[in-house]
Amino acid sequence: MMQSTSILLSLAIWLPIAFGIFVIAVGNDENPGLVRIISLIGAVASFLVTLPLSTGFDNAAHGMQFVEHASWIARFNVNYFLGIDGISLWLVILTAFISIIVVVAGWVVIEKRVAQYMGSFLILSGLMIGVFCALDGLLFYVFFEATLIPMYIIIGIWGGANRVYASFKFFLYTLMGSLLTLVAIIYLYSLSKSFSILDWHQLPLTLHQQILIFLAFLAAFAVKVPMWPVHTWLPDAHVEAPTGGSVVLAAIMLKLGAYGFLRFSLPIAPDASHYLSGFIITLSLIAVIYIGLVALVQTDMKKLVAYSSIAHMGFVTLGFFMFNDMSVQGGLVQMISHGFVSGAMFLCIGVLYDRVHSRQIVDYGGVVNTMPKFAAFFVLFSMANCGLPATSGFVGEFMVIIGAVKFNFWIGLLAATALIFGAAYSLWMVKRVVFGAVVHQHVKELVDLSSREFLMLAVLAIAVLAMGLYPEPFTAAMQTSVTDLLAHVAKTKINAF
Amino acid sequence: MMNFTPAYPEIFLLLAIAAILLIDMFLSDSKRVVTHYLSLFALVVTALLTMSDLGSGTSEYTFNNMFLSDPMSNMLKLFSYLAVAMTLVYSRQYSTDRGILGGELGGEFYVLALFSLLGQMVMISGNNVLIIYLGLELMSLALYALVALRRNNVGSTEAAMKYFVLGALASGFLLYGISMLYGATGTLDLSEIARISSSVTANKTILVFAIVFIVSGLAFKLGAAPFHMWVPDVYQGSPTAVTLLLGAAPKLAAFAICFRLLVEGLFTLAVDWQQMLIVLSVLSMAVGNIVALAQTNLKRMLAYSTISHMGFMLLGFVSGVSNGHVDLNVAASAYASSMFYVITYVITTLGTFGMILLLSRNGFEAEQIDDLKGLSKRSPWFALVMLMLMFSLAGIPPLMGFYAKFSVLQAVLGTGQVWLAVVAVLFSLIGAFYYLRVVKVMWFDEPADDNKIVAGAEMRLVLSLNGLAVIALGVVPESLMNACLVAITKTLAS
Repeated sequence: MMQSTSILLSLAIWLPIAFGIFVIAVGNDENPGLVRIISLIGAVASFLVTLPLSTGFDNAAHGMQFVEHASWIARFNVNYFLGIDGISLWLVILTAFISIIVVVAGWVVIEKRVAQYMGSFLILSGLMIGVFCALDGLLFYVFFEATLIPMYIIIGIWGGANRVYASFKFFLYTLMGSLLTLVAIIYLYSLSKSFSILDWHQLPLTLHQQILIFLAFLAAFAVKVPMWPVHTWLPDAHVEAPTGGSVVLAAIMLKLGAYGFLRFSLPIAPDASHYLSGFIITLSLIAVIYIGLVALVQTDMKKLVAYSSIAHMGFVTLGFFMFNDMSVQGGLVQMISHGFVSGAMFLCIGVLYDRVHSRQIVDYGGVVNTMPKFAAFFVLFSMANCGLPATSGFVGEFMVIIGAVKFNFWIGLLAATALIFGAAYSLWMVKRVVFGAVVHQHVKELVDLSSREFLMLAVLAIAVLAMGLYPEPFTAAMQTSVTDLLAHVAKTKINAF
Repeated sequence: MMNFTPAYPEIFLLLAIAAILLIDMFLSDSKRVVTHYLSLFALVVTALLTMSDLGSGTSEYTFNNMFLSDPMSNMLKLFSYLAVAMTLVYSRQYSTDRGILGGELGGEFYVLALFSLLGQMVMISGNNVLIIYLGLELMSLALYALVALRRNNVGSTEAAMKYFVLGALASGFLLYGISMLYGATGTLDLSEIARISSSVTANKTILVFAIVFIVSGLAFKLGAAPFHMWVPDVYQGSPTAVTLLLGAAPKLAAFAICFRLLVEGLFTLAVDWQQMLIVLSVLSMAVGNIVALAQTNLKRMLAYSTISHMGFMLLGFVSGVSNGHVDLNVAASAYASSMFYVITYVITTLGTFGMILLLSRNGFEAEQIDDLKGLSKRSPWFALVMLMLMFSLAGIPPLMGFYAKFSVLQAVLGTGQVWLAVVAVLFSLIGAFYYLRVVKVMWFDEPADDNKIVAGAEMRLVLSLNGLAVIALGVVPESLMNACLVAITKTLAS
């Protein structure tokens, strides 16, 4: 199993990075057209190499697939060790898919430093795929941290008025969490003399050790998810980031944290996970309910969607820490679905912003009169955002709620109640932006979607509906891995000495 | 007949310096480039002589055991040559513009730089406390003169004065410690000191007192808090070319004498000096990182950053022995992580000061952080190089600085000092802020001036390679890490 049999994962990681470096090296502002085409080719090619992962994936197999193993720093037993299972498979594909959308979304909107913009996103995409594929603790950390550099640049250069503040906050917040994780990773190495995450899964640990390790990982992942109360960087980063940056942040970067819980916290510290599950569930419920209420009062559309992201990610972490098949799978489905839906919501807001240069809800109203096609998409994605059946948003939330009811009726009830807030803020925003009378002159002059915008929203709409109507391919791939994970987490590590 | 082989590099360099000094007397200002290339050539030959000794992997002694050549000394020396050679390349345009290379004293810049290097080589290779002291003084005297080289500049003169007074004080501390060491052991030979201090009859009280003075003296030379006061003023006041000369290669020599005196000489008292170094280390990280936040002058900020990095480097030294339990493999790994850290630091520092030298031009010192404004528009490539250097100093992967931090943290956690590792990473979080600010100024701000960057091809090439090395050694750090480990292990074993 540990033999290098495939280079698909390496390709998925390094192809976008190579294209990114190439674009930055050759591109300048005199030939933006060429830069855009090369970037698009790079993004599409990178997406295509991830497709064989899906077709070649064996749903029934246990353990890691497409494994690659090579020595990297032999002295510390650090390896270039890649592999995916049902948990990471769709996240890899989602990442590559979103990169295409981001390149298309920035096509004409980004006019200055096009090459650096496109290059940063391509490099970022490769690094994030690396996070999902890495099975070596240090390799994971290197990818995890390296994503900060391009994102910092993206927010700082192409962001809004307050971009410097947002970029610093983003960087330092995330770094704070991940530095503690670095300590935990090295600590695990000093106990096990190995950096392999799979070895760590089997490593016996006392409850005290597990709790410390769990908290150190929590520092990184809770910031990244983000969980209440360390979420405050996200609204700032979202509001200031360019549209593409917001899309990548919401669709993928947040998933790095949630993924970390499943890959590190739960299997490495199962007893601590059970011990502290009440704490995490409480934080998640606060995120779902309180942040839902916060979203309700936002006047800035991007901020509203940012808060809704936090609430949705609260569902994900809630699902993970109830330790049943339904809830964990539900959390995973919710991650994928949120990738599509939040990405689409930010694109929609970007479409409006490009025309009016305002994100304030009060500056709109009656958009349906001038942009009917856009309005249709916007309504669809908002519905998906509040979890309407037949959209992808429904599947994940429904599964998490079933899992929650199994776990504890009252938690299930609370989580289900929170759906109402989701519906309230989404629909209320739609009402104020899309419907109603046209009161602003600039809304009267709006032009409907260009074919480029139509295409990218249509692709996402298809994804949202397909996943809502037929979630089977997603859940089928996850099934074995999630069952194995839960069986592993159910066993205590304390008595293994 | 004495075997001079281990000292060939030093002997050659001394002869070469004398030759360069003489030849330069007959050169006019316009021909000073000959001195430049002769100096580089001398460094290349010295490097070849050192390399010819590299393969043996054993320790060779000469001059009645006062001088030795071992794997660690060879490796540190090679990086010292590299650092000095790169400094000479980076500073040629800058020094020419400022008249440092002109006039009657024009060639002295090269001669003094090479003399300070010779001093470092003696420090690195000394196996006798007095020889180490001699090397230290040779290096320091050359550097005092270099700092004062711009005689008419008030800042330089002030910096030279401070450097001289405090440097002399530090040397005094060290010498006082050495004299106690001699009193307690009756010898100046490091191997003998190690043997006698580990015997039961040794007077531990005097030895501990000796350690206090030696550690203080070393802390002065390293620039570790609370003995750091001179660092910011001297870094800021010296001409940037000289700042680089005293900020890069001498750190390697300082590492070497820490290793020689504390580890090779007084290893049995490791528990005692480790406690002192922990205090120095935590204080340095605190002072360096926190005070750097408030700086607007880039050179001064980098000076504080140096203090914090030296603090981090010392963490490797405090992880050699845990709970009085001596395991040579653990110790070698810990000291090797410090060595890797200091080499990483030198490579990165060369690049950052090289960048300041690149952006400076006649009548303009690019030493304020704001002088980097909008660099990404003026020169995207060099802004990218500087970005990588800054992230490397901040310890963000996949850059070299991350692996330096990683290997030191690994050593610290290996001895179970979790709290120390947590303190270290929290201070590097604070430190990340000011490195980010430099990146912000370069990439997010609009340029304040549109002057073209004037620099020769030689400098552009070397600086680009410097930046690429920081990322290349970040992607494949293994060979350098292992080289450090092998060097330290062999040196410890012999």
